[in-house]
Amino acid sequence: MKADKIDSFYFHDVNTPPTQVNRREFLKNLGGGVIIVFSLSQLAFRVGYKSLDQDDIPQFNAFLRVKEDGRVECYSGKIEMGQGINTSLAQALADELEVDISQVDMILGDTNLCPHDDGTWGSLTTRFHEPLIRAAAAEAREVLKKLASEKLEVPVDQLNASNGKITYKNDSSKSISYAELTNGQKIIQSVSEKPELKKSDEFNVIGKSFHRRDAVEKVTGKALYSADMRLPGMLYAAIIRPDAHGSKLLSVDTSAAEKIEGIQIKKDDDLIAILHENPETAERTRFLVKAEWEKLPSKADNESIFEHIKKTATNRRVRYEGGDLETGKNESELTFEHEYHDGYKAHASIEPHSATAIYEDGKITMWASSQTPFGTRQEVAEKLGIPKEDVHIKQIFLGGGFGGKIYNRQAVEAARLAKMVEGTPIQLMWNRSEEFMYDMFRPAAVIKVNSGITKNGAIKLWDFDIYCAGDRGTELFYEVPNHRTTNLNGQDVHPFGTGAWRAPGNSTNTFARESHIDIMAHSVGMDPLEFRLKNMNNQRAINSLKVAADKFGWTKEKPPKGTGRGIAVGFDAGTFATIIVEVDVNTQNGEVKVKRAVVGQDMGQIVNPQGAIIQAEGCVNMGLGYSLMEDIEFDWGEVKTNNFSNYQIPLFSDIPEVIETAFVDAMDEPPQGGGEPAIICMGGAVANAVFEACGARVFRLPVTPERVLAALKEKG
Amino acid sequence: MAETIKFELNGKQVNVEVEPDHTLLWVLRSHFDLTGTKYGCGLGYCGSCTVLMNNDPVRSCGIMMEDVAGTKIVTIEGLAKNGELHPVQQAFVDNDALQCGYCTPGMIMNAVGLLERNPNPSRQEIIDGMEDNLCRCGAHTRIIDAIASVSDKKKGVVQP
Ligand code: FES
Ligand code: FES
Repeated sequence: MKADKIDSFYFHDVNTPPTQVNRREFLKNLGGGVIIVFSLSQLAFRVGYKSLDQDDIPQFNAFLRVKEDGRVECYSGKIEMGQGINTSLAQALADELEVDISQVDMILGDTNLCPHDDGTWGSLTTRFHEPLIRAAAAEAREVLKKLASEKLEVPVDQLNASNGKITYKNDSSKSISYAELTNGQKIIQSVSEKPELKKSDEFNVIGKSFHRRDAVEKVTGKALYSADMRLPGMLYAAIIRPDAHGSKLLSVDTSAAEKIEGIQIKKDDDLIAILHENPETAERTRFLVKAEWEKLPSKADNESIFEHIKKTATNRRVRYEGGDLETGKNESELTFEHEYHDGYKAHASIEPHSATAIYEDGKITMWASSQTPFGTRQEVAEKLGIPKEDVHIKQIFLGGGFGGKIYNRQAVEAARLAKMVEGTPIQLMWNRSEEFMYDMFRPAAVIKVNSGITKNGAIKLWDFDIYCAGDRGTELFYEVPNHRTTNLNGQDVHPFGTGAWRAPGNSTNTFARESHIDIMAHSVGMDPLEFRLKNMNNQRAINSLKVAADKFGWTKEKPPKGTGRGIAVGFDAGTFATIIVEVDVNTQNGEVKVKRAVVGQDMGQIVNPQGAIIQAEGCVNMGLGYSLMEDIEFDWGEVKTNNFSNYQIPLFSDIPEVIETAFVDAMDEPPQGGGEPAIICMGGAVANAVFEACGARVFRLPVTPERVLAALKEKG
Repeated sequence: MAETIKFELNGKQVNVEVEPDHTLLWVLRSHFDLTGTKYGCGLGYCGSCTVLMNNDPVRSCGIMMEDVAGTKIVTIEGLAKNGELHPVQQAFVDNDALQCGYCTPGMIMNAVGLLERNPNPSRQEIIDGMEDNLCRCGAHTRIIDAIASVSDKKKGVVQP
């Protein structure tokens, strides 16, 4: 899917309406049983789809089938990349349909079998997809009850569904299984206006912790990722790459490479690839190709990028506004002006982008590490000039995504090559340096904050200028009478592609806001928890902060020198999250060690508490990376970072010894996002904790030892 | 020039005709179709390609086939016996010590090797032993717990 299309949706955190699907196509290949389809227009009352124009959308977005043997298949265009929807969506379905979870098979991300979905991102799955699956399951349950009522000759309201059976309330010997009911049937039913969903006190499966359902496959090496496909006659591809983005190919000499036995060299416009039946031969032959490139002149590197950003990101758009900034200034007794910087970050999934493809008779079948199988289908179809119905993207596990696998360059490359060698399967797996080169980085960004408070700590002024981070998560949950939040963007700001990185831009924004809040609190000698509670105006934000502070055991008493605690609160994907960390800072060498992290979240209904806790832990551990160590080194288009040797991600010794999670009880509320929210708080929490520990205020992520030492020196 | 290399793979004697300077990782993946061993970096930094060589965890992306001759190699596919998971595999399942699962085979093989050398490691010894195996999903916390749960029982190590 094209970056600009995604970004326009993703960065503003709204759900995207699915596109048209042909209903007959959709149902044709299915076997019998009870089949439930969703028409989104019927479901427009569901959260997340309110804005859709009902007449425009006669299509289907999720779908399940109670098969003739009583097993249930759930078809969803979402993908499993570690976030655990394979388990949590199956739980939601099992609960409403009253079947054991072991009876549920999730079919994810197959473009021929699953209804359209715009992609797995933005922590949207549980928020918008789970309610739909529950609705379909409830509908199926009612259909089954109706069938049972005819068979058992008992009125529907006298029947109970449980454990894959319908039973007469007054006489449990009168009972019939789903398999018996569906046998020989093919009933297709749309979800009705208001399917009767269970209340939270009726849940048996939702709200209970379940282990991952894909764990056994994953611990035995059986789980298949896209580069694990092994097809007869398959060739492995290695692509010739320039050293820098934006380079122009001047000449290429493949003569030495051509001498290698079994090598095929394929050229198509800018794509030059080596194919061989042995992956290492293909990879090594790359070095025999002599290509000359013309590099673009450098406009900035990882140090000067911030000045470059301020100069080039000049399109202003005010996002939120209220009161009058002049008045705010006048009412402020103390004012604060600071600039916060954040460098480019890589997604750095351990699985690189990969794709396996076979093109035959004008049709292509692919397994691609993609967060957007339907977007990949579209892109491949356009590039190959074939109808999208002739592109089949199949279900596969992803080895991490974090937003990086929304972009499908590798799939398009593999598809182009597959078409050139019609009938021969092609596998392309980027090596680690390609992965760093073509990552769609989290953008470098500058945030300028100008604020003011009264001497007793009431915020009067808030002027927040965001250069390149996008405005996600910046709607204020602090009460400020005079405020403005401005988005600044521009053309040609970045030397390479940037995109969605786990809660896009929000980590940068939250770092800046929460650092600044801390600065203001300390300036009037107020406890940072007290200052936040005094100024916050959103009850859910307050709740998330309070559960975290309780769990942490926050007191006004400061820890001994060298140890510090830091708070950050943020909003992402419908969830309010707070992180409080405790750090040790070594003032001799500037090293920061996070010892403990507490996550407090108001995320509405929680389907799988264990899954939600694991996502929060993942956010803390991954978030440590951007907070303390990760940064891309580059000289304009030349990405110098090329492996884990120079892009350090958190290691076992880096992670906090203790991570605790506390949830606000909100089981009757709609479910909200869980994969991203907590990560946005790590940077701010760490920076604030470093300040409490040693008085060093670091305005740039990551908070490296050098920056801590420099800040210590500055404070004197 | 390709050579015939003999070694023991998951308990069976095998012969393979390969270039002696090709790596064990890719021979496992493309010749034997044992794709549980993963590529993550190709240069020894991530550990996702870890297998056991004569009971020691090694990074298969850096092992040349000429050095594999005559050794005993165990991959993630060779760990479960008669359909029963190895205790470390079971501990990963029980502790939800994985998310995307891509680092998991390497983590497990490294942990098995670690427990082989030190059947009852302390938390710090687990951290030190696992240090250079990367996980991007942040499953570290539970991986430590999983390994500790096996070591506590002091019976976790099954000779592969
Ligand atoms: S692939 Fe071998 S260590 Fe990364
Ligand atoms: S579980 Fe995804 S990299 Fe470790």
